[in-house]
Amino acid sequence: MDNLFIRYSVLILFLPLLAFIIQIFVGKRLPRQGDWVSISAIVSTLILSIIMFVKMLIEYNPDFHHESSFTWLDMGDFNIKLGFLVDNITIVMLLVVSLISTCTHIFSTQYLKGDIRYSRYFAYLGLFTFSMNGIVLANNLMSMYMFWELVGVSSYLLIGHWFEKDSAADASKKAFLTNRVGDIGFFIGIMLIYTAIGSFAFSDIFEGVSTGMIKGTTLTIAGVGLFLGAMGKSSQFPLHIWLPDAMEGPTPVSALMHAATMVAAGVYLSVRVFPLLTPDALLVVAYVGGITAIFAATIAITQNDIKKVLAYSTVSQLGYMILAVGTGVYTAAFFHLLTHAMFKANLFYGSGSVIHSMHHALHEKHDHETDPQDMRNMGGFRKKMPITHFSMLLSTFAIAGVPLFSGFLSKDAILAGTLSFAQHNPQHILLPIFGFSAAAITAFYMFRMIFLTFYGEAKKPEIINDIHESPKEMTGPLVLLGGLSLFIWYTLPYFNPMSTHGWFTDLVVPRNAVVPGNLTAKEIEDGAHHAHYLAMYISIAVAFSGIALAYLMYIKKVFVPKNWAKKAGFLYYWSLNKYYFDQNYNRFLYQPTLRLARKVAWVDWDLYDKYFINSFGHLTNIASKITGKLDYHGIDQVFVDGNGKIVNLFGKIIKTIQTGRLQNYILYVTAGVIILMILQSF
Amino acid sequence: MDQLSNYLLIAAVLFSLGVFAVMTRRNGIAVLMGVELMLNAANINFVAFSRFGGMNLDGHIFSLFVIVLAAAEAAVALAIVINIYNNLNTINIDDASELKN
Repeated sequence: MDNLFIRYSVLILFLPLLAFIIQIFVGKRLPRQGDWVSISAIVSTLILSIIMFVKMLIEYNPDFHHESSFTWLDMGDFNIKLGFLVDNITIVMLLVVSLISTCTHIFSTQYLKGDIRYSRYFAYLGLFTFSMNGIVLANNLMSMYMFWELVGVSSYLLIGHWFEKDSAADASKKAFLTNRVGDIGFFIGIMLIYTAIGSFAFSDIFEGVSTGMIKGTTLTIAGVGLFLGAMGKSSQFPLHIWLPDAMEGPTPVSALMHAATMVAAGVYLSVRVFPLLTPDALLVVAYVGGITAIFAATIAITQNDIKKVLAYSTVSQLGYMILAVGTGVYTAAFFHLLTHAMFKANLFYGSGSVIHSMHHALHEKHDHETDPQDMRNMGGFRKKMPITHFSMLLSTFAIAGVPLFSGFLSKDAILAGTLSFAQHNPQHILLPIFGFSAAAITAFYMFRMIFLTFYGEAKKPEIINDIHESPKEMTGPLVLLGGLSLFIWYTLPYFNPMSTHGWFTDLVVPRNAVVPGNLTAKEIEDGAHHAHYLAMYISIAVAFSGIALAYLMYIKKVFVPKNWAKKAGFLYYWSLNKYYFDQNYNRFLYQPTLRLARKVAWVDWDLYDKYFINSFGHLTNIASKITGKLDYHGIDQVFVDGNGKIVNLFGKIIKTIQTGRLQNYILYVTAGVIILMILQSF
Repeated sequence: MDQLSNYLLIAAVLFSLGVFAVMTRRNGIAVLMGVELMLNAANINFVAFSRFGGMNLDGHIFSLFVIVLAAAEAAVALAIVINIYNNLNTINIDDASELKN
């Protein structure tokens, strides 16, 4: 704990927890419901993260690494060590978490103004920040797993913030349970590794894997198990169903957790454990990521709810990151995590700002029927909300992969890695196809969203005059994060919009896989470098074609979307209904499970309980009746009562000489005297 | 004839008669009379031992005391009997059993 970085990270970890404890117990009684407690705690962690970040930049050392551990559980030979690990990835991630968390706190003071559970909301934000920082700082799988679950809990609590709404309560349960499916895999992976290596610490695990303590199929299964945890948290196909529903939570929460940080925990985990993933496991990772990327993007095209579009876009972008991990360019995945966190959080804040102002405008008109999140009710907000519009536009450029913006760099790095992977393994040509087509679709649907929301005529002319720009607590984070969508922040000290080269690539360098026989980091990087320019040209081309299509459809109206939807036929309905995933899960998973559960309940209740358990009851009843009879007639009446009866009998016998007549007594005395005299005379 | 044993024999007979009276009589006054008999049997013994046993006048003094005591006892006992009669309308001592049980 003597190290400055470790001390700072302990503070960063526990300050939000302190805020949580204060808020949950006394928050309601504090002035302004105590939001300043949470905000000051979170701003302190932001300052500490910035200090650590600056120190990291000053050191400029790719091998920067601090570790500190302590024994948590000590039982003879079995002991578990937990600890902190601070390296470049940690510090970047801490900065992302604390920055987005700070923005969310500030944004929420306006967005949730007057909410009945205002202080509780801030308490849960603190709990979330604490647990997320715990994941980031963990140097072992055990504490990571614990914080992983804590993150799940805080997600559950925040999605269900408005639990009076059935949809929010259902969504929070769905998120929690879907995550649980992935977490089972995570736990299996951890246990497989622990039984083989005997330690939870990453350093010990990597050493154990490189010396072959765990290898082959077992290692693949362990790796896939860990990845299953990442799939749950990062909402990968087929466990993606919870994330769109999680949009029932307050929008700042969606920005913080379900766009920027929590869902990135899965990617972070994959980045951390990347060195131990075998080629087979990586292939699974790559295909899951690729399928998620393209699949979620196709759903996002047809969604009308502004937050649902962003939700599916998040799923798709997370798929990108996972795809990058699978193809070996895991630093690119982390890079995309970083840039995506900024622009996606910003997009969510922007949508929050729009929804907020829609909500107020509808409220003015006493219209409680119209959905404030439906883009079909928006349009023409550009003039009314210039800051929101501009900042969202910047982030949309970033997510669409337009040059000069951050997303271009990270997406390009991923696509280059994917392309190089396919060049080396031509049988996996589908992966870059998934990647590039998802990029095109992303550009299309993101601009569809922007055009529908901010351009064209107002679809509800009666409310357009009540649409106002949001207060500065909400536009502040928008401006900040919109600015961070520019490429320059990620390539300093270099200024080349076409190359990712900068502090990030200097400091976060890929490590060699520890699995014997995997490609080295250098081989992967060289391949990606080789494919870089080709990938760049293709991605620029697909991005602009996507944007152009959106422009032609929604601004120029050259193509009428409705006709196209008709032409697409069943494809349109598949996309609109999210490929009927929820319905199919319902039909093929939930309902059979329910039916099975009912059958089991029937067996349990009507057969087992009624006949087996109840027969025990009957037997016991009979036995107790018998023993009761024995007890009553045998023990009680013979032995217990017998004692009394004997005493009674003697009493009765002796009572007869106690007549109470003086003469009788005198007779006894006389008789006694005579007997004594007779005895004396012998 | 003038022997200790004769006196003792008479005393023993008297005592036995007294005891018999006390044991068998139901009449309170008869019981009282039995008691007097027993006391007087004792008196005879005192006097006899006084005379034949070389005890000088000790026995006489004792018997005088016993006579006084008997008089006092008779007075109290008769008072009790009268009270019993007043309350129960009988002097049968078996009926005076209100405190029994």
